[in-house]
Formats: sequence, structure tokens, C-alpha cells
Amino acid sequence: MTLANEGRHTIAVLVDNEPGVLARVIGLFSGRGYNIDSLTVAEVDAERMLSRITVVTRGTPMIIEQIKAQLRRLVPVHRVSDLTVEGPHVERELALIKVAASGDKRVESLRIADIFRARVVDSTTSSFVFEVTGTSEKLGAFINLMRPLGLVDVSRTGVVAISRGPKAI
Amino acid sequence: MTAQRLTGAEMVIKALVDQGVDVVFGYPGGAVLPIYDALFQQKELRHILVRHEQGAIHAAEGYARSTGKVGVVLVTSGPGATNCVTGLVDALMDSTPIVCLTGQVPTHLIGNDAFQEADTVGITRPCTKHNYLVKTTDDVARTIHEAFHVARSGRPGPVVVDLPKNVVVAEGTYQAPVAVRHKSYHPQVKGETSRIEQAVDLMAAAKRPLFYVGGGVVNSGPAASQLLTSFARLTGFPVTLTLMGLGAYPASDKQFLGMLGMHGTFEANMAMHGCDVMVCVGARFDDRVTGRLDAFSPGSKKIHIDIDPSSINKNVHVDIPIIGDAAYVIEDMIKIWKARQHRADPAALASWWSTIDGWRKRECLSYVPSRELIKPQFALQRLFERLKGRDDVFVSTEVGQHQMWAAQFLRFDKPNRWLTSGGLGTMGYGLPAAMGAQVAHPKALCIDVAGEASILMNIQEMSTLAQYRLPVKVFILNNRYMGMVRQWQEFFFGGRYSESYMDSLPDFVKLADAFGAVGLRASKPDEVDGLIDEMLRVDRAVIADVMVDPAENCYPMIPAGAAHNEIKLGPDGDGNASPPSDEGMILV
Repeated sequence: MTLANEGRHTIAVLVDNEPGVLARVIGLFSGRGYNIDSLTVAEVDAERMLSRITVVTRGTPMIIEQIKAQLRRLVPVHRVSDLTVEGPHVERELALIKVAASGDKRVESLRIADIFRARVVDSTTSSFVFEVTGTSEKLGAFINLMRPLGLVDVSRTGVVAISRGPKAI
Repeated sequence: MTAQRLTGAEMVIKALVDQGVDVVFGYPGGAVLPIYDALFQQKELRHILVRHEQGAIHAAEGYARSTGKVGVVLVTSGPGATNCVTGLVDALMDSTPIVCLTGQVPTHLIGNDAFQEADTVGITRPCTKHNYLVKTTDDVARTIHEAFHVARSGRPGPVVVDLPKNVVVAEGTYQAPVAVRHKSYHPQVKGETSRIEQAVDLMAAAKRPLFYVGGGVVNSGPAASQLLTSFARLTGFPVTLTLMGLGAYPASDKQFLGMLGMHGTFEANMAMHGCDVMVCVGARFDDRVTGRLDAFSPGSKKIHIDIDPSSINKNVHVDIPIIGDAAYVIEDMIKIWKARQHRADPAALASWWSTIDGWRKRECLSYVPSRELIKPQFALQRLFERLKGRDDVFVSTEVGQHQMWAAQFLRFDKPNRWLTSGGLGTMGYGLPAAMGAQVAHPKALCIDVAGEASILMNIQEMSTLAQYRLPVKVFILNNRYMGMVRQWQEFFFGGRYSESYMDSLPDFVKLADAFGAVGLRASKPDEVDGLIDEMLRVDRAVIADVMVDPAENCYPMIPAGAAHNEIKLGPDGDGNASPPSDEGMILV
């Protein structure tokens, strides 16, 4: 169900890289019934032991404010930044896509990969693995085109995002 | 700074002492044996041995709420920890500072389904403000110090520290508590000045203002209650309190309208509905307070002062949010009010008060007295008569009708005297909470106003009262029903009393005797005064079994899903409670 004033927000969360921190964030979303469209996490500063979580969520403005306030309330959370409202930002996602085909379909998959600037990172006589980066929409489009050409497996990272310009989170 | 080598267990004791702890509520078991051994070999900490871990955590809550200090619990791994879960959520919902130390199986067995192993940090993550699993002995002291800081600062709450057995057996370096700035946790205590100025100006222009005050003012400390009282008197505005806020403003003051919400007074709820400026301090627009959200105080501008940013705009949109500690913010408000020489519009305020006085004339708490049956309200009125003028009275409650009647009829002039489970509504809270208050205030009068159903949920703590000679008075309003369940079944389920009759109740007088306490009973209205006198006279724990009218209902009542102005005053006043809306029927 999508409410009329629901919006999609990409939120970056800087957290201590400690056991359980991801469970705290995910538990907050599931426990309070918030949506998670995409979630990525990795350490970004080994010296200060910081990880960055990028979460894409949907909600009314009141819910989005709640999500941010609840995230800020978690003890190991350093910063919460709503990239969607805090100015222009860049979003990227990476996917690995396996296509098993022969003959014309195999050739066609390579041709489309070229258009999408996807790279072949594994090849056998009967399959390719493509690496493709871009917005989630671009990845979706690529996957849809590969479907009739022998798509057998998809692995996506989820969205990572960063603000444009010189300022850090 | 000399590094001190201690075992983890010794560090636990030293860290607690360094945090100013004088008493721990707990129950031993395999994983915490080393800590209990260290406890045995020291004199600074007192340990109260409860009879069930749920009793330990509610006792710590009673201790914390009645003192403003952090309550401390020590329990073993597995069932010791899981038995604390209800109390942790209770403390989380009611913002009570608790540090709960749980034993854990040794680190090399974690995840192996070892004996008495439970994933305590996993289970308690959504039940606590924060929790820790300590993996090395060197981290024990620092983690406990941090746990106290998190528990007591900002919006207080429960913190769990899970201590594997090998970590408390091994030696490490003790770290004394130091005032370090936490790397990520910094609650905001000072309110933003421009917002406070806006709020004060809005208040000065109000025609029908109202203070709506909650437990945040109690949690902020006694200074906050005093500042609130001064500010209310300075402005002349009426004040209503939530269940958790009772005592934050003197109930005997003429500006006090009583408690608001589902079983709040007519005047408080009507004032909430009709006000034009609402000043909410340390309350969270809970569903028991707001009733139907789209009809909640429709014509008011709302100022919301809260230390927790996530409480702002959660349920109700507010016009001026102020993040900060109640005491700091009210202090600033008073300064600005005085500096700007504000004065509420006298004509408007007089007219507002005369409207309120009209509502007060309805005498919404009145009931039909009886010569034959003890009305629960009557029993509480008689009890209150005997408590008036005493400063050393602490009252806890269980959950249900008796809790609401106690909130209506026992009136508190000071904070920290009223101990009740508001957010979670935990039956079984009252006896251990009164026990914790009695431990903190040995000379005071600590009363658990109970129902006969709730009291059975933690009745085992009578044995703890006996062991430590804690003269807690259990005042049971015995109506032989889970009264609030029965009331809802009468109103909303056609009088089908499904499983709400308390069959096969124990003889509470004999039960008291078995626990080494004094058992008393009153069955007729003219026996109530004698029972209360005797209960207060004996210097021992008492169970007073007051046999009350089983059919009495708790009024006023705003049915779930109804608006404040749809409040029911009683079966005779506004007709019988009509069935609630379909939306109301699914609300709890």
C-alpha cells in the first residue's frame, strides 16, 4: 500500500562498527513497521571503527522524521543524514548478472551489455557474468532486457549514496 | 593513575560502588557465581535476594522511581535474564533508569546452546535503551560506567550488561569512572532559545491555556517540579497530569485539574479538548491520553517540551517543539516570561476558569455510596484521609481498575511518591516496586494498592519482605474479578465474562500468615477505618484484603477510539456506555 504523500528517502547513517549495530538498525525498522527498500553496510573508517549504512525507505513526512529521530536515538549512531532532503546527491548500485545462453541470444546479451557499459567478469562457453553499475532503475532495465536472453542469477549490492559537493556527512 | 589488577567479578563490585550504588536486587545462578562470591567478600553493597527475577527488576524500578537514582539488578544467564524481560520493557516504556547485569555462559560456549544459555543481548535489544556484551575483562569496568551514564542521562531507561563467566573470572585492569565525552551519545538538555521565546509569546497571547505534564518532569528531578509549579502559578494556567506525571504538580493546588486520559477527570479532558494553547511538558501524547487522534484537542496550538526528539510529532503534530530537559527549559521560560513582563489576558483567563469550574461542578469522581458493600473508591478515600499531611508515603499499584481509582483518589503533592506501570501496564509490578521503595526509604510508609488478580502475579515477593523485615502494606481491593477486563466485557462484549472471574482465590489472611506477615480483612464499609488503622499501626508487612463491590466500574471513561468530549461519566449520568466504533473495537 502506498499512501499519497509517501516519499522515497535515501538515508545515510554513520555508526560504530561494533557487533549488533546492524541488528539494532534493522530491528528498529522491523519493530516499528518501517519499510526497507534497500540496505547496504560496510566499514568506511578502519581507524575510527566507523561503518556507513545506506538505507532506502518509504514513508509519509511524519514517518520519515520518526525514522530519523529513532535512528539518532541509538547509542552507537554518530550521524544520520537524509540525502533526499539535504541537497543533491549521487546514488549507485552494483549488480552481478549471470546469463546462460548460446547462439544469437549469447551475442545479443553481449551487445546489450555494451550499451549499458556492463563488463564481462566471467565467461564460459555457455555463460557470462556481467558487472553493471548505475542507478537502481538502470540495473532494473538491464536485468529486464537479460531476462529473455537466458538470465539465471542476479546479485545486487543495494544502493550506496553520497552527497554532491565538498561537504562530508 | 595506578592501574589496579582485579578479577572481572571484583571490578563489577567496585564499579557499582564507584557509581554510588548502595543496593542491588538479584538472584544467583551458575553464570554469576563468581560475582556473588565477590559480593560475599565486601561490605559496601547490600544485596536483596528476591524470589523471582521479575521481582528484582520491578523492585529496582520502585527503588529508582522513588529515589531518582539508577536501580541495579544482578541475575544469572538464560532464565535469569529472560525473567527480567518484562521489567526491562516496563522500564523502557516508563523511562526508568535501570542497570541490569546478567550472567552469560563463557565466551567460547556462546552460540553452542550451552546450559542456561540465551542470546541475552539479542533478546533484550528492543527491550532496552542500550545493551552490551562484555568480551574481555579489561572492558568490564568501562562498560558498567558507560551503562550508568546511558541509563541515567537523556531520557532515562534500562541498560543490560551481559557478563560471560570467563570474563568475570579472569583478571584485568580496573578503570575508574571518568567524565569522558561519549563518542556518539549526547542528549540535548538545553532548549533552543528562539523556540522557547516563541513558546512563551504564544502562551502570553493564550485565551484558554493548559499545561499537560507527564513523567518527564518527574524524571528530570524535584527541581523540575518546583519550577513547573512556580511557572504555573506565575501564569495562572490550569494544569493536568498524566498517570506517570502524578506528583509533578501538587494535587492539592487549586490550579490542578486532576489526571487526564481514558480514566481522567471530566474537567481535565474537557480542558484538553477546548484549550487554545497546550503546553506539553515531558509527556508523549500516548493513546490512553489522546483518545481518537483526529478529534484530539482540535483547536489548540501545541508546544511540546521533551528530551527525546523521537517523541516530537510521533502521534500528534505540534507547532513549537522544544528539545531539552524539562528543568532547563522551564527555567528559561520563566526568565523570558518575567523579562518580557508577560501577563496572561486576565479577562480571557477568568472566563476560561469559569468554564472549567462548570466542568468541575459535574463532580465526575462521585459514586453511589453503599451501606452494605465496600465501594473501592470509598476504601481509597478512607485510606487517603489517613495519609494526608504525611510526607513519607510511597504508593505503588498493580494494573487495572484499582490502579485507576488509586490515581483518582490518592493525591500526591510531591514527585517520586507514586510508582505505577503506565506504558506497559504490567500486572505484578506493584508489590516488588513497593518493596524497592521500602528498601530505599526504610522508615517510610510504602503501600501497594493492588487487585486480587495482579497481586498473585508476584506474590512470592512476600517472602522477600519477610527476610528483610520490610513493612510494606499490600492493600487489596478484592472484587473477585480481573476488574478492568470485566468492565470492558460488560461494556463492549455483551456481558460475556470470559475467563475474568477469579475462581479459587487464596485466603489472603492465611496467606499473609504463611509469609510471616499480618493478614487483615474488611467486608463491610464500617470495618474499613479499623482495617486501615491496624494496617498502619503494625510495624510489619501487611496484606489487607478489602472485599469490595464486584460490580463497580471505573469512571469517567473515554472508550477506546472516542474523543475527549465523548467521555462517559457513569451509568446514570450520560446513559450506559454505548458500543464503540468499529475502529474503537480493535483498539486495546
